[in-house]
Amino acid sequence: MREVAIVAFAQSDHRPDTSDVSEVEMLMPVLRRVLDDVGLTAGEIGFTCSGSSDYLAGRAFSFTMALDGVGAWPPISESHVEMDGAWALHEAWTKLLTGEADTALVYSYGKSSPGDLREVLTRQLDPYYLAPLWPDSVSLAALQAQALIDAGETDERALAGVAHRSRTAAEANPHAQLSGSAAPGPLLDTPYLVRPLRRHDCPPIGDGAAAVVLAAGDTARGLCPRPAWIRGIDHRVEPHALGVRELTRSPSTRLAAERAGAFDAPVDTAELHAPFTSQEVLLRRELRLGADVRVNPSGGALAANPMMAAGLIRLGEAAAAIHRGGSDRALAHATSGPCLQQNLVAVLEGEPS
Amino acid sequence: MSKEPVAVVGVGQTQHTAARRDVSLAGLVREAALRALEDAELTWADIDAVVIGKAPDFFEGVMMPELYLADALGAVGKPLLRVHTAGSVGGSTALVAATQVAARIHRTVLTLAFEKQSESNAMWGLSLPVPFQQPLLAGAGGFFAPHVRAYMRRTGAPAGTGALVAYKDRRNALRNPYAHLHERGLTLEKVRSSPMLWDPIRYSETCPSSDGACAMVLTDRAGAARAPRPCAWMHGGAMRSEPTLFAGKDCVSPRAGRDCAADVYRQAGITDPRRQIDAVEMYVPFSWYEPMWLENLGFAAEGEGWKLVESGITELDGELPVNPSGGVLSTNPIGASGMIRFAEAALQVRGEAGEHQVEGARTALGHAYGGGSQFFAMWVVGDAPPTG
Amino acid sequence: MTPAPSSSEALRAPLVVEFPFTRSLGPVQSDFLTGLRERTVLGVRTTDGRVLVPPVEYDPVTAAELRDLVEVAPTGTVTTWAWNPSPSRGQPLDTPFAWVLVRLDGADTALLHALDAPGPEAVRTGMRVRIRWAERRTGAITDIACFTPDGDAAAPAAGPAPHSGEFTEPVRGIVAPARLDYTYAPGRAQTRFLAALAGRRTVGERCPSCRKVYVPPRGACPTCGVATAEQVEVGPHGTVTTFCIVNIKAKNLDIEVPYVYAHIALDGAGLALHGRIAGIPYDQVRMGLRVTPVWTEDGRYPDHYRPTGEPDADYDTYKELL
Repeated sequence: MREVAIVAFAQSDHRPDTSDVSEVEMLMPVLRRVLDDVGLTAGEIGFTCSGSSDYLAGRAFSFTMALDGVGAWPPISESHVEMDGAWALHEAWTKLLTGEADTALVYSYGKSSPGDLREVLTRQLDPYYLAPLWPDSVSLAALQAQALIDAGETDERALAGVAHRSRTAAEANPHAQLSGSAAPGPLLDTPYLVRPLRRHDCPPIGDGAAAVVLAAGDTARGLCPRPAWIRGIDHRVEPHALGVRELTRSPSTRLAAERAGAFDAPVDTAELHAPFTSQEVLLRRELRLGADVRVNPSGGALAANPMMAAGLIRLGEAAAAIHRGGSDRALAHATSGPCLQQNLVAVLEGEPS
Repeated sequence: MSKEPVAVVGVGQTQHTAARRDVSLAGLVREAALRALEDAELTWADIDAVVIGKAPDFFEGVMMPELYLADALGAVGKPLLRVHTAGSVGGSTALVAATQVAARIHRTVLTLAFEKQSESNAMWGLSLPVPFQQPLLAGAGGFFAPHVRAYMRRTGAPAGTGALVAYKDRRNALRNPYAHLHERGLTLEKVRSSPMLWDPIRYSETCPSSDGACAMVLTDRAGAARAPRPCAWMHGGAMRSEPTLFAGKDCVSPRAGRDCAADVYRQAGITDPRRQIDAVEMYVPFSWYEPMWLENLGFAAEGEGWKLVESGITELDGELPVNPSGGVLSTNPIGASGMIRFAEAALQVRGEAGEHQVEGARTALGHAYGGGSQFFAMWVVGDAPPTG
Repeated sequence: MTPAPSSSEALRAPLVVEFPFTRSLGPVQSDFLTGLRERTVLGVRTTDGRVLVPPVEYDPVTAAELRDLVEVAPTGTVTTWAWNPSPSRGQPLDTPFAWVLVRLDGADTALLHALDAPGPEAVRTGMRVRIRWAERRTGAITDIACFTPDGDAAAPAAGPAPHSGEFTEPVRGIVAPARLDYTYAPGRAQTRFLAALAGRRTVGERCPSCRKVYVPPRGACPTCGVATAEQVEVGPHGTVTTFCIVNIKAKNLDIEVPYVYAHIALDGAGLALHGRIAGIPYDQVRMGLRVTPVWTEDGRYPDHYRPTGEPDADYDTYKELL
């Protein structure tokens, strides 16, 4: 199989409100940075793939305007998924494997600030039995958190610990929307948002964009001193209805990890797309991450969760750790849908220096 | 390492109509998927991954509906990818699925595209009001009609060419049991005297709004060897995009379309598309786009597309049949329309197109486009595996 | 050339996306929702004997088509819960409530709904609950108003009973109104454009790379992928590059038909914008016609464009803008 690596990563500063800029105005500087990093122009890229959602923007075909930021002229080989950019990366990776392209630009963006995100995400649910009840995303995550607590998998103090660790780590992440945290004890004195979740258990709502460049074989080596080789990547989906699933498990994450080769050798770093503290607990177990693994050194989705980009950012952060020599083998995870319905796992490696 | 050849071994589509009130969203996609599986004589367990496409989520009012549809599509425990590239999405979706087989990520992939436009109203979904922006002053056809006028000015095409296309496609649709429109009493005179909606576009020259889905099973050489019926082999596939609006854009013959065609022809070893391609399923939402695309796709020299139409070459029994299925003019579930083009091209080279079969078709082109004539997706399929 | 105004005053406006979606239900969902109208809860049996409530058309595990309906009890057990202290629009109750997954007696899977309870201390996993039916039922998931605590009542001994799914006047579809409220912000470039437009000046922006002038500016030169910033006033005169005659009245547009909808390249602009042509019989509008904007008192955009009386532009001068 052809070797493909992430050779560059850029992201915006994630902010609660970016109404001063349009989507393309938010995205374009990120695209310029990631392309400048490898010294390529849009025309020199073999394949471009993006991820975004019309429902966030409140406008149909919103992605067509974002394409303005790429500079798609002369015309480019390009595609778009109505998913998190992590899945756009998967599509681009597949394209590179065929040999039809040697490089790919992958980007995604999401602005949650125009709408009420918790309401908007209810439109993602079964339109007959669930959407008419308008169950919001925090409430659904709370149902899962309670199931984990009932099963003895975690408790509210442990969840506060996840929040504290993540947001403390985010102090070193200049792009984070939320960084710094009170100690777990005082966090437990704050009111519930949706019991058993408190505000600190939930991700910040905000806007942001991210982009990566993929390259194959020697092209990758020429573009990046230490490429983050994609040793495996896989994604799987579960049934939609929460009442059908075992909410304390994530079989799709486990299966994707197996297929991606995550269990073939230990990883030193993991970037998990766990918007809620309780989901990190669940993912750690499914991914068999030991105490020695650095989990979400970026702060993860608890530090910044731009919809449609937060998954791609996990891949980018894991790759960046390898680029700078901070990791030799990293796992990246992305999720989509209510209560971790769909999950993607990638294993990235740097060559021994 | 060369790419794995990709074969179409199953094709399925729904009965297309203005409103499929008898099925849920799940039931609609399921009908197409099941027919594709039955055609391939495969079961859900034989499918490794699912790639689904549709146009804007606002049409059905479900955000990322593939999450809800995962169960109905047998995708649970499998990879599921959702593509959205505006009107070209049905074609792009098939190409994304084909790439998974070509890259040897998966051996057998179910790809499907749908739209259930009756859940809302297509014009509402297409033109959600955006504050501060000047409203589009002219309905759906008004977006396209000025480009048709520009084409006529550029080429000197006579006013009646569009009616010939509409009459041909609607007659072809009578041979296609799945088509939405079956206008048995239609005559060329009726098309020519139908109301002029957006001059120069008449009512009978416009596409309907449909509920429908289309699915294909794509597989590798080993899968093709087990196929119960003839396969269609992919000989080339490409996507090209250009910006929505820009200084220098050719709205009549967009460069992205020309480049995309050139790419698929190169892959398929086609140097003279007019002679080497036996049937074309092109995305013609308004009749005049047939002569326009004939030029854009290299079947006619610049300015000559309308002459090809007038000469009857694009008729079902002509030298270069275009849209033997009846095309988008007869069936238009927007997100699925592109995949129907790709699937109909495959049916032609498989010899499985029934009443609208083009005699002896061995090489066919499937074409889709969308957005502001900016996104293009095409494939060339043949009755024999690619060589080399 | 004028410097770009400050972008600190970026525009914002409400954007409401609202539609009453008409959803056809298909067989199993139709039976289930009709059943709710009749205070009957149906499930569907899978090939391996499990009972799914709410019932779905296709097996989540095997994808097999499911049609074997059974009736289950209106009572059940909470499998997990979450306390929602501040209900929002559309949710089942407007006072604080618990979201619950409930496994109804006779079912193997759980249904999501609301539980009316005095407070979170009254809710626990494993508690017994009972459906409270809505007074007015139409055949929708909201026919279950919510669940209520059911004390220490034991689960009924009888298992799920076969059911034909047949009811008189079955519900075949639902209308699902959905409203989402957004705040639309067009960004810096559009804000600059609109500010100039308020003074009846059409100001485009020049790409620093290809030097083309974009009207209206969208923040990026789409062919070069770089920000446009240099302001360039264009027009007011322009040329009709192409057009159509609109003969059908568009909804929400109060314009008498027929009228002409045209692409207009303002002098100095790199591409055409759209507008209506008036002040000339519709059938005399032609490509190359020279026009100028006509403003009304309160319009953000020109109401229409009228002929200037200049000679028509030569085709060669605008054919690249088609």
